Amino acid sequence: MRKDIRSAVVAIVVMTIVLGLLYPLAITGIGQVAFPNAADGSPVKVDGKVVGSKLIGQDFSTGPNAKRYFQSRPSVTGYAPNATFFNNRGPNQATLAVQQRRFVLDYLQREQPYDPDLKASDVPSDAATTSASGVDPQISLANARIQAARVAKVRGLPIDRVRALIDENTDGRFAGVLGDPGVNVLELNLALDAETRR
Amino acid sequence: MNVAGWAQIVLFLVILTALTPLFGAYMARVYGGEPIVLDRVLGPVERGFYRLLGTRAEAEQDWRGYARAVLFFSAASLAALYLILRTQSIHPLNPLNLSSGPWDLSFNTAASFVTNTNWQYYGGETTMTNFTQMAGLAVQNFASAGVGIAVLIAVVRGFARRDGSAIGNFWYDLTRTILYVLLPVCIIGSLFLVSQGVVQSFSGPDTFKTVAGGTQTLFLGPVASQEIIKELGTNGGGFYNVNASMPFENSTTFTNFVLMLSILAIPAGLTATFGRMVGSRRQGWAIYVAMTVLFVAGVAVIYAAESHSTAAMHAAGLVGGNMEGKEQRFGIGSSSLFAAVTTVASCGAVNAAMESLTALGGAIPLANISLGEVVFGGVGSGLYGMLLFVLLAVFLAGLMVGRTPEYLGKKIEAREIKLVVLGTIGVPLLVLVVTAVAVATSYGKASIFNAGPQGFTESLYAYTSQANNNGSAFAGYTGFLQPNGNNAGSLTVTFSQLLGGVSMLLGRFLPMLVALAVAGALVGKRVTPAGLGTMRTDTPVFVVLLVGTILLVALLTFVPALLLGPIVQSMTNQLF
Repeated sequence: MRKDIRSAVVAIVVMTIVLGLLYPLAITGIGQVAFPNAADGSPVKVDGKVVGSKLIGQDFSTGPNAKRYFQSRPSVTGYAPNATFFNNRGPNQATLAVQQRRFVLDYLQREQPYDPDLKASDVPSDAATTSASGVDPQISLANARIQAARVAKVRGLPIDRVRALIDENTDGRFAGVLGDPGVNVLELNLALDAETRR
Repeated sequence: MNVAGWAQIVLFLVILTALTPLFGAYMARVYGGEPIVLDRVLGPVERGFYRLLGTRAEAEQDWRGYARAVLFFSAASLAALYLILRTQSIHPLNPLNLSSGPWDLSFNTAASFVTNTNWQYYGGETTMTNFTQMAGLAVQNFASAGVGIAVLIAVVRGFARRDGSAIGNFWYDLTRTILYVLLPVCIIGSLFLVSQGVVQSFSGPDTFKTVAGGTQTLFLGPVASQEIIKELGTNGGGFYNVNASMPFENSTTFTNFVLMLSILAIPAGLTATFGRMVGSRRQGWAIYVAMTVLFVAGVAVIYAAESHSTAAMHAAGLVGGNMEGKEQRFGIGSSSLFAAVTTVASCGAVNAAMESLTALGGAIPLANISLGEVVFGGVGSGLYGMLLFVLLAVFLAGLMVGRTPEYLGKKIEAREIKLVVLGTIGVPLLVLVVTAVAVATSYGKASIFNAGPQGFTESLYAYTSQANNNGSAFAGYTGFLQPNGNNAGSLTVTFSQLLGGVSMLLGRFLPMLVALAVAGALVGKRVTPAGLGTMRTDTPVFVVLLVGTILLVALLTFVPALLLGPIVQSMTNQLF
């Protein structure tokens, strides 16, 4: 009995040191040397200044230039990567229906002036539903193609050029079968900014 | 639904099935004490550790001695983690200056991580310091997984051995699990995750101006090193509140696929380890096939259900699949597969919001957990739970044909069956009683977020998940009043935390002790050679019988409750 208690206490102390400190610190050391950019959150820089992370979606819906940008998926957290939570409204909740209806109407209001035939039933599912992380960096291809009309018009770019940039910033299915293709909104918008500046 | 989605599910099954005998054979060598490659490097470490503990590798215990060591180790773990949580404000690596945890949250969290549940009544990045995540939570991710696997190996020895009363040495099994199985995979796996963008850093948090002129703050931490053991050990507690949907935890569809495989790798591999240890690989495959049948059925239903829209989407005029609470990179296919993987295994990590699933899609994870976490289940705990069901199936078959039931040549008698019944219906009864208390009292009801049947489902899911040590959640449950370091919580929160904490401890240690007692009862029994009248337990007929027994005992208990919650919602477009 006494021996068991002693073994238990020693075991948990040793494990805390080895698995709780040495292991994560060693992985941090190796990771920082081998994959410095990835280990630090894949930051994206413009003119030497960090403006975001490749993996983290951000808000493009406010400010004077909102119409020039592709818009991220709706987020309940205000795109906060440091205080995340789910929407947590179930499939039959009236509050969810109200929320999603608002997302649909916002989307139509933004895109319809540039695409008069757009109907609610054309709005892609990802464009009017909140993502899981609240910082989904991607939108669907269908969503991006609808927004392309607006962005091309506002920026005075040929629509084909915008479509080409969408394709350049699309991550396909890994190995052809894993997951769904998605367009990285931050990278696409930065590519557009670079294009227009030129 | 699309071809790629189904192809991904098939690919997953093919790789898992191919890994099972390889990983299984390796683990059989580890626990059989046979020479392995890593011996040369880790052998001295292993022997040094035994010396520190004051044990010898060959000093074996009977089931009572083994159980005592398990309980003392788990108690020490509970105390250590509780202490770290309660004092985290004075520890290093606390860039946000977080305060220490309140007693109720710390109890629930300590119970949660020690029992391999990883139910989280807190948001990781806003409540836990980096030190707590590493030295407190992640240590238990290793330790609780190690305990589960060690106990399973001891139980299998009970089936495999033919005399004496010894079923192994707990410290030996625990040490070898961590040194030779968990740690090597974690080192390789975490570096792979970092290479794909999962963060591993102590810098920051960094605040910057976004492209459109807003601000954003990136909070980094030792994520990759914790992410891999969280899946490999079927723990499931996320570094971030939104778990593996957070791109910093699960950056690409490739990492997602590897994480899903690492959740099931050990529970699946152990079926092959079992087969080798009892001297008949077919016995292991029979169990693997029974598990896979139940798993695949669930995946298909979730994927089909999520490809349809919800009642709320109908009302909003939206068409298409249900992307609410899902990430674009995973889409409906990878999110559905992950939801099934994480709930057949008692992992509980999520890459999509479980509460946002369609009604039918959400019913499957709940049903998966209700099966008692024996379809793959937790590392170790899944298979020893499954072996109790195997004995029950053998007993039922024996009753049907009027012969003394036997399994692997050992007679199954009254003592074993009494234990098996306690082990198989104990947790379902616990779930029903605790859920009833939670939905019938004002303290419990105050934790509910959603209206109508969904609110009931939230409560049922919360206690099913905690008592079965899964840890996934319909996270609206208390989610809206989530306590954090600066909020000592209300009585409502305290009630849910205590009820949940006690459920997790009972749900973990009752079946574990039963399984060890069964091993103790079986270990000394002589093996009678199989005769003409012996029922074979490695045939398709037995697989069907086993699947039937699991559905009968575990699922039927919950059908009325499932009807009241998700099923009734799936049949209506009514909004609540």
